[in-house]
Amino acid sequence: MSFVGLTPDEERRMLAEIGVARFDELLAAVPKDVLLDHPPRIPGPLSEIELRRLLGKWSRENHAAEQVSFQGGGIYDHWIPAAVDALASRSEFVTAYTPYQPEVAQGTLTAIFEFQSMMAELTGCDVANASMYDGATATVEAALLARRQTGRKRVVVAGMVHPHTVAVLRTYLDAAEVTVVEDSSGLAAVADLRAAAGPDTACMIYQQPNFFGLLEDSVALHALAHDMGALAVAVCDPIALALIEPPGRTGADLVVGEAQCLGNPMSFGGPLLGYFAAKQALLRGLPGRLVAETVDRQGRRGFVLTLQTREQHIRREKATSNICTNQGLMALRATIHMGLLGRLGLREVAELCVQKSHHAARFAAAIPGYALGFEAPFFREFVLRCPVEARRVVEAGTEFGVSPGINLGRFRPEWRDLLLVAVTELRNADEIDRWARTLQKAGGAR
Amino acid sequence: MIMPRRLLIEQGGAGHRGPALPACDVPKRPLAELLPGVALRAELVFPQVSEPEVVRHFTELSTLNHHVDRGFYPLGSCTMKHNPKIDEELAGLAGFAKAHPLAGDDATQGCLRAMVEVQRLLADITGFAAVTTQPAAGAHGEMTGLLLIRAYHRSRGEGEQRRRVIVPDSAHGTNPASASLAGYETVVIPSGADATVDLEALAKALDDRAAAVMLTVPNTVGLFEPRVLEVARLAHAAGAQCYMDGANLNALVGRVRPGDLGFDVMHINVHKTFSTPHGGGGPGAGPVAVAKHLEPFLPVPVAVVQQDGRVRLDWDRPRSIGRVHSFNGNFSVLLRALAYMLTLGPEGLAEVSRVAILNANYLMRRLAKSYDLPNPQHCMHEFVLSGRGLRRYGVKTLDVAKRLLDFGVHAPTVYFPLIVEEALMIEPTETETFDRLEHFASAMERIAAEAAEDAELLHQAPHTTPVGRLDEARASREPRLRWSVP
Repeated sequence: MSFVGLTPDEERRMLAEIGVARFDELLAAVPKDVLLDHPPRIPGPLSEIELRRLLGKWSRENHAAEQVSFQGGGIYDHWIPAAVDALASRSEFVTAYTPYQPEVAQGTLTAIFEFQSMMAELTGCDVANASMYDGATATVEAALLARRQTGRKRVVVAGMVHPHTVAVLRTYLDAAEVTVVEDSSGLAAVADLRAAAGPDTACMIYQQPNFFGLLEDSVALHALAHDMGALAVAVCDPIALALIEPPGRTGADLVVGEAQCLGNPMSFGGPLLGYFAAKQALLRGLPGRLVAETVDRQGRRGFVLTLQTREQHIRREKATSNICTNQGLMALRATIHMGLLGRLGLREVAELCVQKSHHAARFAAAIPGYALGFEAPFFREFVLRCPVEARRVVEAGTEFGVSPGINLGRFRPEWRDLLLVAVTELRNADEIDRWARTLQKAGGAR
Repeated sequence: MIMPRRLLIEQGGAGHRGPALPACDVPKRPLAELLPGVALRAELVFPQVSEPEVVRHFTELSTLNHHVDRGFYPLGSCTMKHNPKIDEELAGLAGFAKAHPLAGDDATQGCLRAMVEVQRLLADITGFAAVTTQPAAGAHGEMTGLLLIRAYHRSRGEGEQRRRVIVPDSAHGTNPASASLAGYETVVIPSGADATVDLEALAKALDDRAAAVMLTVPNTVGLFEPRVLEVARLAHAAGAQCYMDGANLNALVGRVRPGDLGFDVMHINVHKTFSTPHGGGGPGAGPVAVAKHLEPFLPVPVAVVQQDGRVRLDWDRPRSIGRVHSFNGNFSVLLRALAYMLTLGPEGLAEVSRVAILNANYLMRRLAKSYDLPNPQHCMHEFVLSGRGLRRYGVKTLDVAKRLLDFGVHAPTVYFPLIVEEALMIEPTETETFDRLEHFASAMERIAAEAAEDAELLHQAPHTTPVGRLDEARASREPRLRWSVP
């Protein structure tokens, strides 16, 4: 099987035009001993029918399709309106590339401009870029921008930032330059941070809500960062931002994060949608693509990629980042999603997350042996201390058709009794009942 | 009279709304009670538009895009080939789309199996020992590859000493940018007269401060590097590692394995060679393939097949560079690539590079009659023309690109590589038919003729697109990067 469409006769005409007798002559520059005498021994070819059977079988080896998800930890099962899939799967969007020729890419460019506008509004920032790979690399880029901006090296992580985000920070920066300050309250501890951070701090990074779902005191954290001359970086969940005061309005210099929750499937954790928003003063230091409004020669409104002198294809080793693409299709999905939900719908989703997660938490806390891990207010997600290892609770879910949460023991052994539970607008009272029965069953099996 | 195009924020208004949410079916409590002390936002200035109008908005926007499913897209180095539809369907299967990355190995055996299979096939195709699928894009793969090289040198106590990455002047901009990000200094070496590596310049730049040589094969003018084995030998003799930028793998796939060329590490742009759709600028995926000695440094976790055939994620890799992505990389993109590889099979894969090379050479010889061809050798999957011959009519490569849009084809990559003046970088790919190539060649020939007869026609191009030439200077002078609320 192949997708080529040349007949032998056409090939002969082409070879004649090229001026060679045989195809192999075109490979004259390739050393003979590296030319394979047979293609790699991969499986296939498979027809569509066989492929559907094989990948269909594999897809069913995952529990995902049968189990109702209470999992979060950075990736959430939110409602995706039917129109998102219908519109975003149009091949006009799917099979186009980076809008290098804006005259024939106004669809993509306009959608990115709308994405930037909505992310700027949601975060309370002046500007947002066209998107990043994911929340973790967006956070890294924020740290790198802060370093360039301040000329300082140290990056302070305040409180419970997602362990994977911290891991990626440590990969990109030297691990010794990343200082993590956690507290047993589950929240960032301002006094400890003041003691740990110093005049070499480029930025202070906190997550809102944090990895445990708890809402941080963002105003205090912004003030603390600015006190030491560092940038304040908030890593935020965009749905929470439809409800809470956005950090861009209370002093955050950079607001970044993961926006999978806006219209993108969980898909085993990728592709994701990083976003990056900033104060106007930091505009020229931004990584990634930016789209701006302009006019054509007849004065008609149009959109183009702009400020490209920041980027790698022009600035090369002096670029603000090596990033080349954005997550275009994911950003489009988020734009359509936000457009459909609109001002009221997005806020309703956020409120439903609060109502349902708090309902579930109250429910669970009444089950013998279970207790809430932390006291602070939370959004959509909370930590449950279990009477057995959390992995037992996860296993018990199979019987009830429920994925009851994330076993935090996979991150740290001392967290093995902790279950991280997310309850989105998708979960109804019946599903929450089944989830609670799972907890009862797992807890009683002690 | 056509209704003008408006942004979402300029449509609808208070009282309009999209699809409804269900009523809250659990006992409601006041937010102030649930979230004590939390400051709630006073307003969200967002669109308020009905579903039918949102559907029309994005449908109309879609009609403004050129795309592969509509027509020829010879964007050099981007490999804009056909994206099989079955791949989209399979990536969307509920068992994959609803899989959570933290569900645990037992609950996600299907995903893990697919991941291991993609890695195995890519390793076979490229001739390397192991593959990580965590990097989300080509540039992300470059960064990862360089961190692997850095870890390797550090493990040998040479991390401090080897601080330079050698890059030819024909390289993609991401190469030096990734090197900087990994903390390396970039040393640029000039290309030889035939646009391939100047071995003397390379030898001069190579010493015990060199960490790596980064090379694109075939290079960015579409030529196979004839002395590639010598490049690798020289680099290794100096103690440096060889990195291959795999952006142009479409020329080699099924025919030459980069691992056999002496490279230690490469990244693969699956959105190019393995036909996953480009999505208007992502998501791509940039798996990195490595030789045996770099395997211990791969990002965690690594998917391992156990004795019993089950797959588990292994975190216990003490020499690993760490994580480079929030979760497992662009998983559903990798699924599409897997479906593509399995669809083609061994022979189909070799046919990809054969026809990609044939199509490019045919177009190159046709167009060399009306445009300058700075490097007359046989090309691989793409070639670079120069528009400098049109200068005498006051016509630039940009004008040629814009005029092409009027003929229903996308423009080639222009003004890259930097070593060719007025460059037009053309990559037809293997999925184009003879008819399409003929049409493109005729359009290019006509434009060359128009340049001589009516340069103004080209200066004013494009004439048939939804908007005309856009004022980029104005856009960057005082950038308007978000809408204003009416």
